[in-house]
Amino acid sequence: MTSFDRDAKPTTSGRLADGGWHRLHPATPLLKGGIAFVAILGVILVNLRDVVINTVIGGRDEEFDPFVWIIEHDYAALIILAIIGGLLLFIAGFYVSWRMHTFRITDEQVEVRSGILFRTNRRGRLDRIQGINIVRPFLARLFGAAKLEINVAGQDANVQLAYLGSAAADELRREILLLASGTQSEASGDRAESTSGGLIGKRVNELLAPELDRTAVAPESVVQMHLARLIGSILLSGFTVVVIGGIIAAVIVIGRTGEYFFLLGAVPTAIGLFSYYISKFTRSLRYSIAATPDGVRVGFGLLSTSNETLPPGRIHAVLVSQPLLWRPFGWWEIKINRAASSSAQGAAGQAQTTILPVGNLSDVRKVLELVLPGIVDPQSIQLLERGLTSTGGDDGFVNAPRRAAVIRWFSWRRTGFAITPDSVLLRRGAIWRELVVVPQARMQSASLSQGPLLRRLRLASVRLHTVAGPVDARLGAIDETHAVQFFEDIAQAAIRSAGSDTSHRWRSGS
Amino acid sequence: MELPDTQWRRVSPKYIVVDLVGTLIFAIIVVAGSSVPAFVTRLPWLWALPAAFAVIFIVTLALVPRRVRSIGYQLRDDDLLFRRGLMFQRFVSVPYGRMQLVDINRGPLDRAVGLSELKFVTAAAATGVTIPGLPEADAEELRDKLVALAESRRGGL
Repeated sequence: MTSFDRDAKPTTSGRLADGGWHRLHPATPLLKGGIAFVAILGVILVNLRDVVINTVIGGRDEEFDPFVWIIEHDYAALIILAIIGGLLLFIAGFYVSWRMHTFRITDEQVEVRSGILFRTNRRGRLDRIQGINIVRPFLARLFGAAKLEINVAGQDANVQLAYLGSAAADELRREILLLASGTQSEASGDRAESTSGGLIGKRVNELLAPELDRTAVAPESVVQMHLARLIGSILLSGFTVVVIGGIIAAVIVIGRTGEYFFLLGAVPTAIGLFSYYISKFTRSLRYSIAATPDGVRVGFGLLSTSNETLPPGRIHAVLVSQPLLWRPFGWWEIKINRAASSSAQGAAGQAQTTILPVGNLSDVRKVLELVLPGIVDPQSIQLLERGLTSTGGDDGFVNAPRRAAVIRWFSWRRTGFAITPDSVLLRRGAIWRELVVVPQARMQSASLSQGPLLRRLRLASVRLHTVAGPVDARLGAIDETHAVQFFEDIAQAAIRSAGSDTSHRWRSGS
Repeated sequence: MELPDTQWRRVSPKYIVVDLVGTLIFAIIVVAGSSVPAFVTRLPWLWALPAAFAVIFIVTLALVPRRVRSIGYQLRDDDLLFRRGLMFQRFVSVPYGRMQLVDINRGPLDRAVGLSELKFVTAAAATGVTIPGLPEADAEELRDKLVALAESRRGGL
């Protein structure tokens, strides 16, 4: 038994990505399901205490109580024995499942084995990694543990390592990314120095430490989230408009009917709304984004934190949008399409596709620089900015003709496209302004379509197909001849860019 | 709307029969189903519903030959070009390297006249390139060719 215990330790020391089999953090069973078990035990104990108090003081009530029944029928010894037996079985089960759950990282792939009766063996290729996410639920943070999730393309295709030591998870991510990047250099490198000061001090440090590993980050590229702006953006969301509409409707109904009992229903609704806003707020709090040598790193969360690294070339489409209410403040939101779906939630409780919950124009510029590393020449950057704020006209974009005003009443001037050396820009919307950027190397296919109405107007609609996500790269109405030309151009551009793309092994160079 | 310099390869004319029969079966089911309320209640104006469906389906059936002739595809140097639709025209270009898999499907009607349907799947669900009405041998040859082309141009996702 002792020899087993010794090699069950590697989560706290030693390299994890050395090709050998390793185990997870010893607190894993407790964090995964043991909490519920402890809670049940707690409930039983609390009930037991009531019974003890009642029998000692007297005042027993007439209600049926299982404990009383047990004591009265002299089954106590039997029951206690059964509980202890069950407890031992549980602990043994958790222990065995923890022992059976092992993983290894080799130069080519990551492999996880788990299960007692039903064995699972999952392998993922490192060059197919779409992102690595480190999630720290609040409870796990107290234990200094973290969940490492390796996202690969596909439904339910993630490799999860839950839980690892907090520092070990960061270190492991760095090493996996290094292996995946295609460098042949030594993957060991210098490890992050652990802070001294005993176990408690270490936990406190980890809990308070900034989400980003400052040593591996170029600090000037970090966007700061302003508290006032975050609160403002949440309050000025479309959801709030609906809520205000509901309140007005309720006031009118009460005013006309004079029935106040509607207010009773408002209490749970108000509580629900409040918790919705709070959770949205705490999730987006402590947002951070930074460039690392292995891609963009995005962090979120106050109590439960998540911190994800997206290697280069894993972002399939970018949408910069501005709801109407945000316009007076100049705020924007950035969403992305990606091939993998992470099980963890990002900012504001959405799937991890919102890469910037709210930011001003300079924040948007910084984030776009990170997520679209191909856009570097001044001309493209200028196009990008015009795509956001320009009201249309002769500004580098090929815009819809005047006759498109029939179906795009306000936005026909802004409905247009532009092709930069490695991306396609689609601009649309005058009231809800949107700019879609699709890297050519990530485009799956393109379509050109025309219905009877568009044919009458000599217009056509184009759509760039990317992996599924919140971004739909579609332009509803552009000039027919421009559309045909655009379709031909992007078909060729996509092939050219895909041919010269090496981002699946981003450091191997070309 | 037409793309410049394209020689479309058309699908087999036999597919007109498949499409006609398929649409006809569907039309009969819908018309029969929608005439149930009129039959049960014996309200004469309810017959308007199946009548309207019948008119729509007659127009659809009349357009089937032209719609089938509008389906076309072309293997260009680096991508597959596909078109379909009369009223709602749609052109799609898919680079070969983007192919994830190719499906060949054969329905009962297709089998009766020896046709196959070829489906080209990429990582984007919206691509939706399905070439119906290919003779069996052609479909298999096309599939092998597409797989070979995709293999020579393989890239990341």
